[in-house]
Amino acid sequence: MNNKIKHHLTDDLLMAYAAGSLPEAFDLMVATHLSLCDHCRAQAESFDAVGGCVLQDQDTSDSMGDGALAATMALIAQGAPVAKPVRPGCSVLPAPLQDYVGGDVNDIRWRRIGMGVKQAILPTTRDATARLLFIPAGAAVPDHSHNGVELTMVLQGAFSDEVDHFIRGDVEIADEDLHHMPTADITEDCICLAVTDAPLKFNKLVPRLLQPFLQI
Amino acid sequence: MFTEIDTVTMDEPAANGPALKPWRAKKRIRGKPVNKADGSCDTRAEWVSHIRRIRDAQDQAAFAELFQHFAPRIKAFLIKSGSDVTLAEECAQEVMATLWHKAHLFDPTRATVATWVFTIARNKRIDVLRKQRRPEPENLGWGPEAEPGQDDIVALQQETAQLRNAMAALPDAQRQLIEKAYFGDLSHREIASQTGLPLGTIKSRIRLALDRLRHAMN
Repeated sequence: MNNKIKHHLTDDLLMAYAAGSLPEAFDLMVATHLSLCDHCRAQAESFDAVGGCVLQDQDTSDSMGDGALAATMALIAQGAPVAKPVRPGCSVLPAPLQDYVGGDVNDIRWRRIGMGVKQAILPTTRDATARLLFIPAGAAVPDHSHNGVELTMVLQGAFSDEVDHFIRGDVEIADEDLHHMPTADITEDCICLAVTDAPLKFNKLVPRLLQPFLQI
Repeated sequence: MFTEIDTVTMDEPAANGPALKPWRAKKRIRGKPVNKADGSCDTRAEWVSHIRRIRDAQDQAAFAELFQHFAPRIKAFLIKSGSDVTLAEECAQEVMATLWHKAHLFDPTRATVATWVFTIARNKRIDVLRKQRRPEPENLGWGPEAEPGQDDIVALQQETAQLRNAMAALPDAQRQLIEKAYFGDLSHREIASQTGLPLGTIKSRIRLALDRLRHAMN
């Protein structure tokens, strides 16, 4: 467990994750961060507890139909659904990400997006996008800004931008006002999970023209 | 469908505020001694033994009691989340069946039974109403554990009871917004149009409510 994380998730995100109202890509970001961050995991469990209180306080005048218990016992008798195998987290990808990649870091199907930077879009619902980014050691992601919100979490290596230095587990939360050019540390290739609820806007002509084909 | 991401506060990492420490941080580590506030036993602690009876002996009487208590609450919760009555009834049955099958996974030092049932009901709602997968965090690598300590279970019960009291003590306007947020699929914008409140007011009321809850828990 990484205790050096200093860029955490916000209450808004943790509460929405507990309430179950985030797009799938954002759920994936939160689940991945919680896998690495005890601090936010404890917060998220507290928000689950708020949900437990809301459930307890539901009025019960809307009772269950006749035979509901018997119907449920019949469901139980059909047996438990087959549990999917639990993947042990690997050194780079925590378990929730392995589920979306279908393996570990060697199974990621990268596509080049220029200047040595590669990405892999993960299969989530289309209301937001999750992708893995590979930034070669010392390289930069083209200067870009965002229409909506972009969360970027480091999985391997580290990067710096105008805001700060980010290491494994750190999440950078960028909104429309932030134009930034994340640059990977020279010591190691950087792999990040990035989620966004709107397409990115690149500030150089060529990346912008390419954008529709790249799904970002 | 989409809960609006609050860009106004996005640049405030959770670690920066002094009030933002986890409410339960003091007993993250299982087995550490916990000071009991008082010796009283919350009645909901009983549900823990009900889950054990299901896990260890497939005890249908214990299940029937849990069903009687929780199934109607799950149904009401799902109806408020936008489900129709028939679907809510079906889903409540499926949630209770999941509780039976997953009884061996319940950890009473990390959640009360009510909290655990809430998370199963929430995941069912995401699956059925939103047709979306629900990524969950990696299991904590603590390895096989002996039966968890009674002190830890009691401490969690007490804290959750304290949280529930604190929620009951919130001003109505704040408590209702928290509840609406947990019925899910309601963005701040949709809550705004339902309640006629401006978006900024909703966000600040939710934040105030969370501040009050934290204050009550510390």
